[in-house]
Amino acid sequence: MTNIPLVPEATKPLPKITDQSGLLTWVASVDHKLLGILYILTSGFFMLVGGIEALLMRIQLGSANNTFLSPAVYNQLFTMHGTTMVFLVVMPLLIGFGVYLVPLMIGATDMAFPRLNAMSYWLFLLGGLLLYYSFVSGGAPDVGWFSYAPLSEKPYATGLGVDYWALGLLVTGIGSLAGGINFVVTIMTMRAPGMKLTQMPMFVWTTFINGFLLILALPPLNAALVMLLADRQLTAHFFRPQGGGDSVLWQHYFWAFGHPEVYIMVLPAFGMLSEVIPVFSRKPLFGYSFVAGSTVAILLLSLLVYGHHMLTTDLGPVWNFFFGAASILIAVPTGIKIFNWCATMIGGKIRFTTSMKFATAFLLLFTIGGITGVSFAVVPIDWQSNNSYYVVAHMHYVLFGGTYFAVMAGTYYWFPKMTGRMLSEKLGVWHFWLTFIGFNMTFFIQHVLGVAGMPRRVYTYPKFAGWELMNLISTIGAFILAFSVLVLIINVIISLVRGKEAGDNPWDAWTLEWATTSPPPVYNFDQVPPIRGRRPLWDLKHPEDPDWKRREPDRQRSTEE
Amino acid sequence: MSEARMQPAQVSTQPEQAGLSARDREAMDSKSPEVPRLLMDRTKLMMLCFLGSEVVFFGLLIIAYIYYQVKGIQGPNAKEILNVPRTFVFSLFLFASSGTIFIAERFLARKNHRMFITWMWITVLFGAIFIAGQVWEYTELLSDNITMTRNLFGTTFFTVTGFHGLHVTAGLIVLSIFTVLGMLGDFRRGHSSALTAASWYWHFVDVVWVVIFSLIYLIPFFSQS
Repeated sequence: MTNIPLVPEATKPLPKITDQSGLLTWVASVDHKLLGILYILTSGFFMLVGGIEALLMRIQLGSANNTFLSPAVYNQLFTMHGTTMVFLVVMPLLIGFGVYLVPLMIGATDMAFPRLNAMSYWLFLLGGLLLYYSFVSGGAPDVGWFSYAPLSEKPYATGLGVDYWALGLLVTGIGSLAGGINFVVTIMTMRAPGMKLTQMPMFVWTTFINGFLLILALPPLNAALVMLLADRQLTAHFFRPQGGGDSVLWQHYFWAFGHPEVYIMVLPAFGMLSEVIPVFSRKPLFGYSFVAGSTVAILLLSLLVYGHHMLTTDLGPVWNFFFGAASILIAVPTGIKIFNWCATMIGGKIRFTTSMKFATAFLLLFTIGGITGVSFAVVPIDWQSNNSYYVVAHMHYVLFGGTYFAVMAGTYYWFPKMTGRMLSEKLGVWHFWLTFIGFNMTFFIQHVLGVAGMPRRVYTYPKFAGWELMNLISTIGAFILAFSVLVLIINVIISLVRGKEAGDNPWDAWTLEWATTSPPPVYNFDQVPPIRGRRPLWDLKHPEDPDWKRREPDRQRSTEE
Repeated sequence: MSEARMQPAQVSTQPEQAGLSARDREAMDSKSPEVPRLLMDRTKLMMLCFLGSEVVFFGLLIIAYIYYQVKGIQGPNAKEILNVPRTFVFSLFLFASSGTIFIAERFLARKNHRMFITWMWITVLFGAIFIAGQVWEYTELLSDNITMTRNLFGTTFFTVTGFHGLHVTAGLIVLSIFTVLGMLGDFRRGHSSALTAASWYWHFVDVVWVVIFSLIYLIPFFSQS
């Protein structure tokens, strides 16, 4: 074999990737860090849009017999608010954090399939734009975020809104599916030498399980959407009773996706919490294997319980009992996690940074959401409270009080890694308390409204119903919440310009993403530290007392003197 | 302090192995003792995950077909209108193509490049014949006014077989690309996990057709009423 040079000699100096920070870098990049930030920024933008939609609805509901919005516009707003928040905010936000953090946490240079990763992001953006194009095309979808047939069929939704809804979700859905596959393959095959599955950070675990959920739960949505599109565009009969179709089939398919989706929207948040709480309690995560195991249990159970969204559909007592019982069961693995986080905090040297404040508030708010969730699994209670504001309060406690608070904990925790600068703790105090007060003011009262009989998705209510004061309180709370988001944006902008320099490891954390510079270089690591336990940076810093030398009972010991 | 010794970053974590020379790739494939043996090649694992989601997708389309058959269908149904013997002949080509791609892979493993290319083209040809049969069938059905709109049989039949046909077509495009790459001199190493993954996809599409053909064609054909 002759020695032909494999690469021709460069005639001019090669361009350095770090030199280019222009638009093309952002559009053409396949780097997981840039894509992760793009995911987070784009879903942040959609969150502002969805938030404004929510504020408009709250203004409308602030007083009885209000005429601020017409019923038609109100229907479009609640549909778009729900769809936006689920598909364009929470899902991509969590996927974005995963795309940014998972390769760093497992000591890899990128995802397993960087170009597939880029495709997922751009499909998400395209799907979002398709969905919002419906406003221009003559009316947004107005049939609710779960688009029950036959209301979503041509005779009842004549515009193109539902078509854009279905197309948009199909496109983002394919992107998320590819993202899920990418997570699973990355975590299975790209871990740094020596890192066992049982040594991965918990955020990697939950993202791993989330990948499986995306792979299994998105196809039912895609199948349902192509059937709906066939009905609407090709006059097929899947869900149209006029042609012999069965509209309940849509409910089955949609919720076969819709319930696992709930866990897609919360599992990575659980992972974030499992990173933040140990670091700020200065203790290893209590019961690592139980937290990971309960995540797997949630994966399996979540595929079996979707029928609890249909307890009022008249599936018959046997199915109602089955779905009710299975749903109560799912509280067990979730409860295990809450206990583990509390046990991690007990006896720890807790540092109440803004991140930790959000994490602690999560424990309280998510537990409230969990308790109201269990109450729905009791079939008669569900019959009584279905489609009331009690449901609205419940899901916002889980998704806002749960996921949003966890994401905020994660934002304050990882912002220094992503940008190299700390978020201001001073503004953080304001941000936290405004969010906490605004959130509870908006949504706690809605439990009462729901029990008092106020149905969801109505654009107004009469004076004699006696709901006016409570609705007004909720509306004021929503504006406080909006103000808190403003504080966050100001905090991000100010901190980007003149925040404190973060350094590699500002929180003295133990997982691999803190072993590199902030922000990390394009190739992530110069050298990956040796991995012999769950906290490689602890082992590196304390060679006299590394985790892997401790016997099992000592592993939970507080690690800070 | 020996545990604190830094190790070099893992070699195989390089993004996108494309663009590397064959020698580089071979260096990457060699098992260094420090790198734990991976569960599976990432391309094949990706295909497995993808096929897992495809099973759910096709499963739900097929369940919709069964559901409406059990519920009862007004108007023309499978038994009266489908030409089962003819579709069976065309199905044989698809079933056989699973065998031919297997033969192609065996020739690839034995580094018989010419036969590998030949059998890949045979696979593509058989797949194309199957699609031609489906086009013929659709034209006849549509001219008899059996459409998506006609009744629930049309709705479910065209959705299930249509999505299967789309998957076969996508597979044909992928296999053609692989074959052309092979003609241009790729796959000389005797193994390509991308090709293996593509062949898994092809087998999967084949298995789905076994289910669809049995369910939609054979069962009504042999049923009494």
